[in-house]
Amino acid sequence: MDTMPQVLVKDVWKSFDGGRIEVLKGVTLEVAQGEVVALCGTSGCGKSTLLNVIAGLEEVDRGLVRVAGRDVVDESTRVDLLRQHIGYVFQLHHLMPDLTLAENCLVPVVAAGGQRKQGVARLHELAEATGVRSILGQRVRELSGGERQRGALVRALMNDPELLLCDEPTGALDESNRAKVFDLLLGLVRARGRTMIMATHDAELAGRCDRLVRMRDGRIEGDSR
Amino acid sequence: MSLWRMILTNLRRHRVRTAIGATGIALGVATMLCVVGLLGGAVKMFEQILRNDSQMVVFEKNVSDLFFSNVPVGLVAQLEAQPCVKDAQPVLFAVISAPGRSIITCFGIQASDGRLRRGTWLQGSAAAFTDDADAVVLGERTAGFLNASAGGTVQLGQGTYQVAGVVRMENGFENGGVFMPLAACQKAFRKDGLCSVITVALADGHQLGEVRDWISNNQERFSAMDNDEFSRSYSQFQIIKVTAWVVGGCAFLLGGLSVTNTMILSVFGRIKELAIARVCGFSRGQVARMIFGESLLICAIGTLSGWALSWGGLALLRAIPQLQGYIEPNLGWVEVAGATGLSAVTALLGAMYPAWYAARLNPAQALRFE
Repeated sequence: MDTMPQVLVKDVWKSFDGGRIEVLKGVTLEVAQGEVVALCGTSGCGKSTLLNVIAGLEEVDRGLVRVAGRDVVDESTRVDLLRQHIGYVFQLHHLMPDLTLAENCLVPVVAAGGQRKQGVARLHELAEATGVRSILGQRVRELSGGERQRGALVRALMNDPELLLCDEPTGALDESNRAKVFDLLLGLVRARGRTMIMATHDAELAGRCDRLVRMRDGRIEGDSR
Repeated sequence: MSLWRMILTNLRRHRVRTAIGATGIALGVATMLCVVGLLGGAVKMFEQILRNDSQMVVFEKNVSDLFFSNVPVGLVAQLEAQPCVKDAQPVLFAVISAPGRSIITCFGIQASDGRLRRGTWLQGSAAAFTDDADAVVLGERTAGFLNASAGGTVQLGQGTYQVAGVVRMENGFENGGVFMPLAACQKAFRKDGLCSVITVALADGHQLGEVRDWISNNQERFSAMDNDEFSRSYSQFQIIKVTAWVVGGCAFLLGGLSVTNTMILSVFGRIKELAIARVCGFSRGQVARMIFGESLLICAIGTLSGWALSWGGLALLRAIPQLQGYIEPNLGWVEVAGATGLSAVTALLGAMYPAWYAARLNPAQALRFE
């Protein structure tokens, strides 16, 4: 039986500005394969930094970060995890405006050195599932906010990651798009049995996750299922 | 979608910036090719003057310029007495002035020298050019700017000379020069019994080394070199060639700064995009390759434009009537490959700092970048 957690964060400390600003203060968290976790807390409590640390985008001052059984300690592990195991969705779509939506979505395939044909097949499958198939050929600057965020979701899922990290993925969307995009996100993650950790302020969205982790001042103050 | 597609897209969306970078390289390539080509052409023309159907040249040792070389004409007879020598011709190089024209290259030669036979006689004939007369032959351009014709007279330096003929020479220096009988030239320049060089044609079946050995054994003040060896070792040619490459290199340095500037702007203008590429799994090496790829592409565009510019520029110079004959660019694959290689090096050096900066970006910090 596989009991290895998908994500293991153990006593992680992270500070900025030469130690002047402590953002994570001994955070410990375990997330199992297939869990959907909401990470809640006020602005500046360390949610985004925790996601960045898990993704290997920030180095920790001390502590252990392990994803898919691999310690996130060096550049090659980080790159490998981002190519094969981790997808990241931000509050802002961060798509490249001069590329088409399809080209943006294929960036992870280029990074991983994947086959274009397989990449395009996967793109069409995900685009169909997210309702952006018809706008794949359009440049990002021509798309609405909701379309862009759905495109960002497709990009994050292109390499079929086991772990999806979402930092306020619906935070920049209006009311109607927020629910649509979140439904889509949750549906895709659950259908594929993937793990998701989502930082959010939205209590309603957090309530639909399997688990709610509350952060405050760089520490985890509550963890409920 | 590929790395190259991303590179092309980025260059295309900043067309003006790309154009400025490529223009810097184009000007560098064009300047280098023009300078190297023109000076190389000048060297080649001078080499042609020395060759004159010969294989070797004899000159005074340790002189910085052939104009200062003094070789006794008596050495011609001694050389011709050697079985390995078919023909030896003394040539006295000098610079003479005429009313309204301060510098005219003067060639003091014997009537038996073959170079006048290579030209096209526009007026007069080779028979009118004799060793014991004071009659000179003018190159076509010299006759033009001195407004002289065969049968008339011209004032050259302190003397007045009969014009024996006008000849069109392929070589710009000869076409814009004056051919004077050796004796008259020695008298005009107070170099009695002397010439600058002796050109030596070998007898059939003999080796260059035989002449070289005879000179080194019997004439310690003089040197004999085959034409190629002379071209390689003559300091004036070396100076000209080095100057050409240095001037061209400086032009490239400016082009390189333009590329560096373009690439720095390119990196700083899309910090977030680079961060997202990292989040999507781009390694530091891939990010660096993308920046180097952009730089190489800019340089490739610049190099092609530089080739076209230099080709056009040299063609334009060749077409100017006053320069005809003087502008004979000598561009070979070495020069073109040299400029192209320098362009590639410039691209790599110019992209080094931007690529290093982009590769070591912290993605999380970069995404917070405003």
